[in-house]
Amino acid sequence: MSEQRPPKPRPAPGMDPETEPYWKATHDGRLLVQRCLPNGHHQLYPRWRCLRCRGEVGWVEASGRGTVYSFTIIRQNFSRSFKHLIPYVVALVELEEGPRLMTNIVGCPPEDVIVGMPVQVTFEPVSDEVSLALFQPAQ
Amino acid sequence: MSRRAVIVGVATSDYPNLPDFSEHQVHAQAAERALADAGLDFGDVDGFATAGFFPMYAVGVCEYLGLRPHHVDETNFGGASFEVLVEHAASAIEAGVCETVLVTYGSVQLSAMGRRLGTGGPSAPPSGPAAFDALWGNTLVGNYALAARRHMHEFGTASEQLAEIAVAMRAHAANNPMAQYRDPISVEDVLESRMIADPLHMLDCCVISDGGGACVVTTEERARDLQRPAVYLLGAAHALTHHMNVSQMPDLTVTAAAQSGPLAFRRAGLSPSDVDTLQVYDSFTITVLLSLEDLGFCAKGEGGAFVEAGRLQVGGGLPTNTDGGGLSACHPGMRGMFLIVEAVRQLRGQSVNQVDGARVAVAHGTGGMLSTGATLILGTEVP
Repeated sequence: MSEQRPPKPRPAPGMDPETEPYWKATHDGRLLVQRCLPNGHHQLYPRWRCLRCRGEVGWVEASGRGTVYSFTIIRQNFSRSFKHLIPYVVALVELEEGPRLMTNIVGCPPEDVIVGMPVQVTFEPVSDEVSLALFQPAQ
Repeated sequence: MSRRAVIVGVATSDYPNLPDFSEHQVHAQAAERALADAGLDFGDVDGFATAGFFPMYAVGVCEYLGLRPHHVDETNFGGASFEVLVEHAASAIEAGVCETVLVTYGSVQLSAMGRRLGTGGPSAPPSGPAAFDALWGNTLVGNYALAARRHMHEFGTASEQLAEIAVAMRAHAANNPMAQYRDPISVEDVLESRMIADPLHMLDCCVISDGGGACVVTTEERARDLQRPAVYLLGAAHALTHHMNVSQMPDLTVTAAAQSGPLAFRRAGLSPSDVDTLQVYDSFTITVLLSLEDLGFCAKGEGGAFVEAGRLQVGGGLPTNTDGGGLSACHPGMRGMFLIVEAVRQLRGQSVNQVDGARVAVAHGTGGMLSTGATLILGTEVP
């Protein structure tokens, strides 16, 4: 029944004033992180203040480099946005700047992904307005 | 003399498959049975607690049950809600706010899934903080798989060791006539079952069930006139590490149990070595392994070796989930109530897998995406 239904596009984020700068930037091919003014702590997702020192925060561009903190290969998902992509890798990437990001690892067979692997960001459009930050093995 | 809260009645509803039940009926059946178990009736109840997925959920269940309590609590801590609700109930009773609190849980998750299958409509795009973890095709199992993979990386934990946990729960389910799955399984069976999200196999995952439960908390003084021996709440605590975004969990191998466990033991004046049986949330095998370490039954990283050689089975060092757990007996979504019911049954000598002379039992719930933890330390007497 649902087997024959066509795939749906990947979900795009709903915008709100606090997160819109992040998603607009990924659409333009830039990965942003929040950085606090007093001490240079980095964080994601965006908050009102720095969680470590409660200082004021602003956006800065991240290097786009990081390592795989952990990952899983999804082999069952009934969602029409993802079912056709199985098997695919969902990972937590630890950015060079510190924050951890949920993402997908692309550009290599799922079986090649290991914890600690160096990765770099790549951007994939999911709609006319939104591209998402995915990661691939570092060159 | 200060008032002391005790548990005097427990029950589960029918489970694991209730196609002819509404969610409210599950609450009602469990409530009726728990009150009967206590030797009380609805007229004795002046406090009520439950957790569900809608605002004013507890008020709705009160209306359905015809209750007009003056203590109402619907703190939602995911699967760990019911441990928190019992902790709060005890506080309210000991503060003199109320006398007898009924805590209920009901779910028809399994039957509702069948009715909804293939009809899922469009849902709103995730926004705010939720969007950061929600756009990648991760699944509920996938979140726990991330923790399992990280634990394997840091400590060399093996799939065979996680499988031991599923094997132990199934061995207990064999003696539970109500359990959803009762045929014995081996470590090989777990490893050969379908991979859902590496490294978690199908048999590393809990079952999906209908069901519910209830418990009755009252004063020690009131309990003296009742039919069952009172079970004492010796210590309780709860904690959280994050909400639904596992990217925000500070360390994927350390759960909220590392905070709630030691605090609850300190409040009880006991240590893990005093525990005769553990009823612990087993959404996935990794949930059990992390909880064992964080509650202090073994050191961080040693959970894999700890669960080997049948340690979690009756006759082993730490009989765990003696009703068969969520991995084999029943998991209706928020299993925390079942942990309390089985811990109390052990302390009364009523379990289908009775631990001889059990005097101290721990019920520890985990909720969300490894997000919350709540620990109850229960005993047959005040030490």
